[in-house]
Amino acid sequence: MLSSADLDTLLLTFKVAAIATTIMLLIGTPLAWWLSRTNSSLKGVINAIVALPLVLPPTVLGFYLLVLMGPTGIIGQFTQWLGIGTLSFTFYGLVLGSVLYSMPFVVQPLQSSFAMISKQSLEAAATLRASPLDSFFTVVMPLAKPGFITAAILGFTHTVGEFGVVMMIGGNIPNKTRVVSVQIYNHVEALEYADAHWLAGCLLLFSFTVLLVLYTQIKTSPMAQPFK
Amino acid sequence: MTVINARFKLNYGDFTLDVDLALPGTGVSVLFGHSGSGKTTLLRCIAGLEQAQQGYLEINGAVWQDSERKIFLSTYKRPLGYVFQEANLFSHLSVLDNLHYGLKRVKNNLGMIKLNQTIDLLGIGHLLARMPSNLSGGERQRVAIARALALNPEILLMDEPLASLDIKRKQEILPYLARLHQQLDIPVIYVTHSQQEVAQLADTLVILEEGCVLASGSLAETQSRLDLPLAQDREAATVWQVIISEHENDYHLTRVEFEGGSLSLAAVDAEIGTMLRVQIYARDVSISLVEPNSTSILNILPAVISQLTEESDSQAVVQLRVGQQLLLAHITSKSLVLLRLKVGISVFVQIKGTSILN
Repeated sequence: MLSSADLDTLLLTFKVAAIATTIMLLIGTPLAWWLSRTNSSLKGVINAIVALPLVLPPTVLGFYLLVLMGPTGIIGQFTQWLGIGTLSFTFYGLVLGSVLYSMPFVVQPLQSSFAMISKQSLEAAATLRASPLDSFFTVVMPLAKPGFITAAILGFTHTVGEFGVVMMIGGNIPNKTRVVSVQIYNHVEALEYADAHWLAGCLLLFSFTVLLVLYTQIKTSPMAQPFK
Repeated sequence: MTVINARFKLNYGDFTLDVDLALPGTGVSVLFGHSGSGKTTLLRCIAGLEQAQQGYLEINGAVWQDSERKIFLSTYKRPLGYVFQEANLFSHLSVLDNLHYGLKRVKNNLGMIKLNQTIDLLGIGHLLARMPSNLSGGERQRVAIARALALNPEILLMDEPLASLDIKRKQEILPYLARLHQQLDIPVIYVTHSQQEVAQLADTLVILEEGCVLASGSLAETQSRLDLPLAQDREAATVWQVIISEHENDYHLTRVEFEGGSLSLAAVDAEIGTMLRVQIYARDVSISLVEPNSTSILNILPAVISQLTEESDSQAVVQLRVGQQLLLAHITSKSLVLLRLKVGISVFVQIKGTSILN
């Protein structure tokens, strides 16, 4: 069975993932929209930066974050100036790391579903008196709904499964930064295979269920059809 | 009388638009030209979907663009209705919600009444609950037209609304457009490359070529100008506005009147007093110096030659005045010489065929 310590790590993990996913959607939506519409020469660079965590070893990202969030790093100095100390080995440090690490999983599905929305549909909205912001909420968002669902689910689940970045910047502090993947590692280190099985099984079930819902939902939704 | 003033200069590398137009505030003005002539770009400039580097646009006294004073009203702030080549309905909204989309954003309480009238006018009452993906191309385009009209716009812009439809669907929509034509009290600017649509809908005709205005004026005037390629075309024709004056039921004929004369047409099922548009192809008109009296052709009218083309090839084009109406005739250059036709002489025209457009 799951111990109360295991349950705490599960709860903490979902809390990090929920907050990180919300932040990623808030930042990722305008970013993906800009990337899907712009002809700017910066597009390639921004795309590459966003996609970087896909190929970069998590420990590398974690290492740089650790340095930057430390007392002498840029982020560390900024947070100290704000009077909130440094972020390394804290819950919010973990959230920041997760946001950077999972961002491509949010931006890319949004970007591709935005790219499918024709310029004509936005022009139609404009001729029907909708301001650009209005048409974003009433035309773009409903049409890109599958993209938003995919982005939220992938961002969330990817954050749940994160290990390398957490080890570098979060450590292993119970109820503060100890997430479920770290807890599984702890159990295995301590040769508590039964406990590891319970947690690993939970995550397996969770991930499979989420993907099942995702793929069946997208397949049957009329929203997944291209704009007519 | 003129309420639309449009001047645009726009450069897209290999394409330049340079127009200066004045259009009337009523009726249908058709922008006609081949693809690449700039007609759609001009319409998009009027809508604000394209911003000409240099431009001035005034509609009903309101300035929508004046590049010298740095005025450019965004599309969504312009009181217009726009119908695209593809219907462009919102696929996530039902037909009714599509119709409401613009209506909700217009501040006037006429909206709902206007919408119900529009739904009737376009015959889409039975489609309201459907999703756009369950409509035929023709139905979609009718919904798109209704969606634009429901805004109660000050001007309606239509960009080849029939071009993406097959002939059958075109025939399905044209009667609705003709009805709009009679019932709308706002100006319509209609882009097309189809001469048939010009004949059926235009009151004012603007011919565009390579981004410039080649000619602009009333349909009758522009159609019959001999210096334009339209008059030389095999399909050259003139359209007359006539009024039904009498039905000759014995012969299945209908008599119609125009300023300065009358014509017999194949029976038209409409009341006396109804306005009709009648198209007469230049190839169906022949010229005689004396009044022909033993001929099977019914429509023989006195006319005066007002313009001639120089006989440069086997065919000559003659512009005539019948009463107040202008008429084109395609005859052979040989006949032109043999009959000694000259500007100003009185002749008789025989009209072999007419077609009714509405």
